[in-house]
Amino acid sequence: MKPMDSHAAVITVIGHDTIGIIAKVSAVLAANNVNIKDITQTILEEIFTMIMFVDMSKSNIDIKELADKLEALGSEIGLSIRIQNASLFNAMHRI
Amino acid sequence: MITDFEILETINMFQEQHLDVRTITMGINLMDCSSTSAEETCRRIYEKICRRAEKLVKTGEDISREYQVPIINKRISVTPISIVAASSGASDYVCFAKALDRAAKTCGVNFIGGFSALVQKGYTNSDIKLIESIPESLAVTDFVCSSVNLATTRTGINMDAVRDMGRIIKAAAELTKERDAIGCAKLVVFANAPEDNPFMAGSFMGPGEPECVINVGISGPGVIKVAMESVKGADLGVVAETIKKAAFKITRVGELVAREASARLDAPFGIIDLSLAPTPVVGDSIARILEEFGLEDCGAWGTTCALAMLNDAVKKGGTMASSFVGGLSGAFIPVSEDEGMIAAVTKGALNLEKLEAMTCVCSVGLDMIAIPGDTPATTISGIIADEMAIGTFNSKTTAVRIIPVPGKGVGDFVEYGGLLGSAPIMSVNPSSCADFINRGGRVPAPIHSMRN
Repeated sequence: MKPMDSHAAVITVIGHDTIGIIAKVSAVLAANNVNIKDITQTILEEIFTMIMFVDMSKSNIDIKELADKLEALGSEIGLSIRIQNASLFNAMHRI
Repeated sequence: MITDFEILETINMFQEQHLDVRTITMGINLMDCSSTSAEETCRRIYEKICRRAEKLVKTGEDISREYQVPIINKRISVTPISIVAASSGASDYVCFAKALDRAAKTCGVNFIGGFSALVQKGYTNSDIKLIESIPESLAVTDFVCSSVNLATTRTGINMDAVRDMGRIIKAAAELTKERDAIGCAKLVVFANAPEDNPFMAGSFMGPGEPECVINVGISGPGVIKVAMESVKGADLGVVAETIKKAAFKITRVGELVAREASARLDAPFGIIDLSLAPTPVVGDSIARILEEFGLEDCGAWGTTCALAMLNDAVKKGGTMASSFVGGLSGAFIPVSEDEGMIAAVTKGALNLEKLEAMTCVCSVGLDMIAIPGDTPATTISGIIADEMAIGTFNSKTTAVRIIPVPGKGVGDFVEYGGLLGSAPIMSVNPSSCADFINRGGRVPAPIHSMRN
């Protein structure tokens, strides 16, 4: 297994549905030059789940700083927001 | 592209099922720290460990943050001190244990392993000094772990050392009796000890290892338990397949973390140790996995068979996931560290004899078992001898980490807290084996050791 592209990351947002979740998360990403490559969302029994694939290669901050900002936003709007290096999922689910 | 289902499955494993990387263990060679003065040797040991492991804890925390993978422990293993200290001329090796403890504290790790000796065929002068220093060393240090390899399939069993270790374990218990003999929780004896095991208390850096190496121990009983819950009532072939798939995913996380840590710390990647290592937390138990097979309690008839299958399926899934699976890899069955084991012992469903049978098919041995403080040293040696025989004659690793708790008897309970958990005192067969143990000498290697 080679060390993966360290710029690809996955953001997951889970919690109760409210107005403006995507807007608020996207605003943080845009402000830090993080590009959204793909986005999906579902609402199951009032639980909002959003998964974003993002590219951080042009970002001015690293993934740890972005994680701090997203977690701060998460606690402000009452949602769990996490960002993870995408290579974790590739390692686990792809041979 | 990874699917949403896969992403959510991964997040669930970490959040709900207690999947974690149990330890990143940096192995450091200390052979070049030898000198003809104990003081100088200690200085070199301390300096080298602190230099090499300076960034270990920080790196572990960074990786944990970036991948959102919990990395519970950062640890260090070193060359067996009986080798490193041999030319120092010291008559007492406690000073070396103190040097290791200081280095562990400076680096911020929570255990350092390698206050060890490999005596499967006999003692060097240095081995004797190290072994005699074990009780005091464990009493006066906080983070030092000690191990002694007493037997291998190639050499047979050193029964002099088996006899002596019964006495040493009792002495270690006595010197830490105010803390329920916690010294014994940091001391393990082995048959066929692996030289690349990242798990404490038995971790040391074998003489065949490189200058510095990263070994990673990964755990995940909760993931296996949940996977098995999805195939309730299915036949055992389906169960084996389910365990293998879960073990594969767990191992890949370990491999990723190990590769990252290795690159960032400028030390080669050694092995992934895929061990199902329980913690006292509910949902993180091996006993509960065994019960999920269909047993009322861990310890019921059928337990050994279920454990054999579990251990094997975990290894098969793990070896598919990483080319470098090593260490102990399999299922650990400690008592005090496993909520389900504690419950089974307390209920009377699980006794020492059944645990011994289980060690024939698990990855290690009798682990974190509390017994009455008045158990004779020769009986402890007898327990060790039986366990060494299982390992030696079946070409597997076995170990004993047993705690004779001074002043306590069957029905009492000891509380260590943290990962070490708590344990009910287990009853020990009172029949004597003293004359057998006092014979000493060596048990010859089994016939199947001759494979050349």
